[in-house]
Amino acid sequence: MNINMTLIGQMIAFAIFVWFCTKYVWPPISTALHERQKKIADGLDAASRATRDLEVAQEEANKTLRESKEQAAEILEQSHKRSSQMIEEAREQARQEGERMITTAKSEIDQEVNRAREELRSQVSHLAVVGAERILESSIDEKKHRELVDKLANEL
Amino acid sequence: MAGNNPTPTEYIQHHLQNLTFGHHPENGWSMAHSAQEAADMGFWAIHVDTMGWSIAMGILFIWLFRKVGKAATTGVPGKLQSAIEMVFEFVEGTVQGAFHGKNPLVAPLALTLFVWIFLMNLLKLVPVDLAPELFAKFGVEYMKLVPTTDPNATLGMALGVFCLIIYYSIKVKGAGGFVKELSFTPFNHWSLIPFNLVMEIIGLLVKPLSLGLRLFGNMFAGEVIFILIALLPFWVSWTLNVPWAIFHILVITLQAFIFTVLTVVYLNSAHEHH
Repeated sequence: MNINMTLIGQMIAFAIFVWFCTKYVWPPISTALHERQKKIADGLDAASRATRDLEVAQEEANKTLRESKEQAAEILEQSHKRSSQMIEEAREQARQEGERMITTAKSEIDQEVNRAREELRSQVSHLAVVGAERILESSIDEKKHRELVDKLANEL
Repeated sequence: MAGNNPTPTEYIQHHLQNLTFGHHPENGWSMAHSAQEAADMGFWAIHVDTMGWSIAMGILFIWLFRKVGKAATTGVPGKLQSAIEMVFEFVEGTVQGAFHGKNPLVAPLALTLFVWIFLMNLLKLVPVDLAPELFAKFGVEYMKLVPTTDPNATLGMALGVFCLIIYYSIKVKGAGGFVKELSFTPFNHWSLIPFNLVMEIIGLLVKPLSLGLRLFGNMFAGEVIFILIALLPFWVSWTLNVPWAIFHILVITLQAFIFTVLTVVYLNSAHEHH
């Protein structure tokens, strides 16, 4: 347990180890550690930011969904209204058209009837004239008269 | 036990004797073959075992940390890297807590001290008879394994720290400022300068002494107890040395930590203006 040169030797060894540690051991470990710390901190930051973003996006999506649902309902309602309106209009138009057609047909029928009546009248008169002519021309023959009258009647 | 049935006193003295190489007044430069020869060598001798083991532990520390440092990744660390980083962060945290100045040397210094002293202390858990017996087979007469049970080693480190304290005191405060601090504390009056100087210089000198002797004392005392326990019959000695070894796991770490923290604290006060 004598104090001797070992003391000096140990001091030199100490100095060398401390120098070596300061120069070659401390910096790489320190750098790696602090970079990792920064990376982890950044990662955590990013994660919380992403969570927040996700919440916002979900909120947004929900809002959009709600709005579109409302819009869809509105559109549906409008189209319902519009379709029933259109049906109503079409029905009305059809009815009017029908009435119009009926009126036209009726008036045409009336005209036709009038014309036919007119024609008939003129033909009857003509027939009467022809019949009279025939009756006057032929001898009085009952049989012939009968035949003539029948013929006349058939022609009517 | 070593030798031809030595007495307990011889056994203890043998185990506490360093392997010494030095200049003997009669034999010249040679290995000491007895405690008396080692003592006769005076200052010009070196404890080969202390130097060898402390340098070996220092190199182990440097190699291990350098290896991890070179391969250090900022991504997911491996198991070894995690372990080294744990030690690293522990020391860094301690330094940040105790040292308030700006000095890039202090943290690596603390790391070196902590791990180096820890590894040197750790050698104490090697059974006390193993190293002397093993080296005796190769003709080496003495082998004291634990460098920190040699006051030369602990005081050597403490003196290194002391040099740094003086260096930074002068660098930060200037030579005048340092002398002024020594002269005017604790009593700020010119008539008390001599008193202050004596007090402060004693206080300054006691720092490395207490630092080195605390570590040496703890380790040496533990070692002596281990040797005493080893003197007991083998079938009873384990009942004592197992608990003592387990207890020393704490002492080893604690003493390394105390040395480191006190060094940082001393350096901090060297950086502060009072």
